[in-house]
Amino acid sequence: MNGFGFRLSPSSAINLDKVDRSRFEELCSIEPDALRCMSCGSCSATCPAAQFSGMSIRKVLLNLQRGKEEEAFRLMSNCMLCGKCTMVCPRGINTRRIVLTISRIYEKEEKR
Amino acid sequence: MKEIIVIIGGGIAGLEAASNLLKLGYSPIIIEKSDHLGGHVANWHKLFPDLTPAKDLVDELIASSKDANIFLNTEVSFINRLKDSYNIMLSNGISIITKYILMTTGFRLFEASKKEEYGYGIYNQVITNSDLEHWFNTGQDKRIDESPMNAIGFVHCVGSRDEKARNSQCSKVCCITAIKQAIELKEKFPDAQIYCFYMDLRLFGKKFEDFYTKAQRDHGIHFIRGRVSEVGENIEGKVIVKAEDTLAGKPIKVTLDLLVLMSGMVCNPDSSKTASMMALPIDSDGFLKSSDNVFRITASPKKGIFYAGACTGPKTVPETLAEARSAVLDIHSHITSQEK
Repeated sequence: MNGFGFRLSPSSAINLDKVDRSRFEELCSIEPDALRCMSCGSCSATCPAAQFSGMSIRKVLLNLQRGKEEEAFRLMSNCMLCGKCTMVCPRGINTRRIVLTISRIYEKEEKR
Repeated sequence: MKEIIVIIGGGIAGLEAASNLLKLGYSPIIIEKSDHLGGHVANWHKLFPDLTPAKDLVDELIASSKDANIFLNTEVSFINRLKDSYNIMLSNGISIITKYILMTTGFRLFEASKKEEYGYGIYNQVITNSDLEHWFNTGQDKRIDESPMNAIGFVHCVGSRDEKARNSQCSKVCCITAIKQAIELKEKFPDAQIYCFYMDLRLFGKKFEDFYTKAQRDHGIHFIRGRVSEVGENIEGKVIVKAEDTLAGKPIKVTLDLLVLMSGMVCNPDSSKTASMMALPIDSDGFLKSSDNVFRITASPKKGIFYAGACTGPKTVPETLAEARSAVLDIHSHITSQEK
């Protein structure tokens, strides 16, 4: 017989009042195109790592904007830097370079 | 003989039609219910996508139609069908006999207080797109204090695409208007975070998409896909907005200093009232029904009655002006074919 009752899991809600935007703003000062993503999903549809790992550069960018950095790093660790997403992006965003810039900015922050 | 053409509605469609009818040698009569010409556009500040001052457009239209007979503060009391013309009785006691009537009765802004969950009329921090333009124009709104704002939100599709509000149509101009107003507010309050809550972004017109990417990239406006579900007030007098970020698949919450509701365009009840005097049909969206929605948008099914502008559905300013000119040409060809 299944257990009855309910469990509480930690809230997954995003509270925009508490988002620390400093690192994302640093990213946008170097890569302003990071703001132009419209979440069409072309990148994740073509990503060879997506079906095995859930990697999606659009989700990475969204998570960073919403302050969910750990989730973004978890996804990004599966990127193989093949650059297929850059080829298909309809807005011409250099996603591959953005992945590298994110690594540089956020790694620097970790070392501090 | 100068043919008399009665234009019902002194908004931009009515003015542009009058100015073109004058050029063709006709004598247009404009009947306007309110005390000013230019309709909704006269209360607007700037127009998308080039931020053209609305006042320039309205002033130019008023100047070019000044030779028309204009009745302000006047309504149509009733209309009688005569053998091949119409007898229009006005609220000021004047009656006009004409063969041609041009309906430019426009739209009405959706009453935002009907969507109670957004708190318009309940919280002072919640205003509409029209209130915001009024504030841009006059700098006066007792709900808005001049202290710098930290966070501002926009709710798209208020009363549009909403079957519960009995308006299933898209109001067409609110997406681009929200982007325009977001940019204008960002320029006023550069440190503020600005959020647009949308269901879809419908940026169909010339340069609209460029305007959108400019808002994202150059102004850092945040676009959140998800309809606002409720608005509440906190102890500091700010509003708390709840929605779902459907792209992230997570609930989202933000505290705002100001929330702007993008009220949509709905059919003007005055327009339906006047239409009923001439037994003109109403389309399924509540707006006036053209004789054909593709080929004869400016023609009514009744002889001598024509339409221009938002009385047949939501339209942009350039579309309205183009339709006014097109209706004038229709009337002109109708008159010249009668003369033969």
